[in-house]
Amino acid sequence: MPRSDGDRVAIIGIGIYPHGRHPGVSAATMGIDAIRKALADAGVTWGEIEFAAGGSMVSGMPDSVVGDLGLTGVPFINVRNACATGASTLLAASTALRAGDAELAVVVGYDKHERGAFSAPPELLGVADWYAAQGLMLTPQFFAMKIQRYMHDYGISASTLAKVAAKAYRNGALNPTAFRRTPMSERHIASSAMITPPLTQYMYCSPDEGAVAAVLATERKAAELGVEPIYLRSVALRTRSYGSLEVFGTSVSLADTPPPTTPAAEAAFAQAGLTPTDVDIAQLSDGEAGAEVMGMAETGLCAHGAQEELIQQGQTELDGSLPVNTDGGLIANGEPVGANGLRQVHETVLQLRGQAGQRQVPNDPQVGFTQVYGAPGVAACTVLAKS
Amino acid sequence: MTILPQRPIEPGLFTWPADQPQLIGSRCAGCAEIVFPARTTCPRCMGMDVEQHLLATRGTLWTWTIQGFRPKPPFGLPEQQHFEPFGVGYIELAGQTRVEARLTESDSARLAIGMPMELTTVPLWRDGDHELITYAFQPIYEGDDSHAAQ
Repeated sequence: MPRSDGDRVAIIGIGIYPHGRHPGVSAATMGIDAIRKALADAGVTWGEIEFAAGGSMVSGMPDSVVGDLGLTGVPFINVRNACATGASTLLAASTALRAGDAELAVVVGYDKHERGAFSAPPELLGVADWYAAQGLMLTPQFFAMKIQRYMHDYGISASTLAKVAAKAYRNGALNPTAFRRTPMSERHIASSAMITPPLTQYMYCSPDEGAVAAVLATERKAAELGVEPIYLRSVALRTRSYGSLEVFGTSVSLADTPPPTTPAAEAAFAQAGLTPTDVDIAQLSDGEAGAEVMGMAETGLCAHGAQEELIQQGQTELDGSLPVNTDGGLIANGEPVGANGLRQVHETVLQLRGQAGQRQVPNDPQVGFTQVYGAPGVAACTVLAKS
Repeated sequence: MTILPQRPIEPGLFTWPADQPQLIGSRCAGCAEIVFPARTTCPRCMGMDVEQHLLATRGTLWTWTIQGFRPKPPFGLPEQQHFEPFGVGYIELAGQTRVEARLTESDSARLAIGMPMELTTVPLWRDGDHELITYAFQPIYEGDDSHAAQ
């Protein structure tokens, strides 16, 4: 069905449960809190919600929240789609709204991870036991090797990686719901424990806990409610194509295929009818500092290699020409996988509304962009705009 | 210490026993794409006409890092055994593919993109009455032909 203006979907409410460590608080409790905040923000009640989608990687079935919010019989889709979990809930909800199945929808994402690097039984990820047994099934190795090659090919310096992480902690310090809220010097970051060269301890994010929710509405419903809409102009999700460098690859083709972020971003811009030059603020996947650097070019926000100058000049800072990860990103917020994508959307909505407090970017941003990427080679992008 | 007989961590990854082991990949008759380890279908063109193909034993270091901390399970090193950091990299085999492998070198200062590398095997740990081994690549340092003498 062709998409007309009447089919547009808006985000009219957002809620976040602070990211970090919350002993004794269940993931679902965080999710319920985030949903209640999003409902209050939108000025609607749970009873009015006609569709819901929720995602978590390790913390059970998100539809369990209906037990506390109200047993209204609402259709609720549970999603478990790694880093693209949030985008998947947005896809499900926005599709239902566009199809006319509902006028108001809730999405939620949460997780409560154990400390330390992620690990999983190899067979669940299509990885051979022998590969994992010899110590190759670790995502930090992959990210380190990818940025190592990228630095070689495009002249990115180690100082730029430290600058990206320092920006994350600085922005995190201005974000009351961030996990890491202490600014850290580039020198301290660069000289912290070398985890997997060229990436040091403080260039990595760590798994933690948190929840994010949003209320979505059709454009008509948003107008009826009289709330300020932030339009979800597009959501695009892609898995890897053959030949891209991905986690857990025993061999990689000489073909040098772009990662899934590139086609996901292209699709998101095409659906939105916008281009990367229209973007005022971006939230990019920064599981480690190198990913943010590479993501800037993989999404088309700049040319490959241009990041070095942009970052060294401070253009990705809050007051730069292209602010990136204004809430501190994954590095400062940590990574509750199920909440990652929606946290980026939450931050974008705050910034576009002008409600981001101390970290508000100047000059009334109109268009925001988000990107997540993760194992085993999945990426999702959204474009959000005030009009 | 007794010298235990060696056994590959998995059969079919490299030719064994052999004086100079070779990685066993596969090549698609349809599109000529080479992958490691060997597969029965081509992941590039989905072709079914795929043959085993022995890979070059020399290549260049395409990228690398060091695994500096002890991984959680399913890493297979028995708990009581000391963990030694190891290098990991992709080695570009000209005209074939890039293979991910452990590196014999774990000193950052002695690794650089583009350096020549050669296939070898490294011991992993004891498994019953065998010592498990896996494939790995070692740097060929300029002016150092000790490998050739082995």
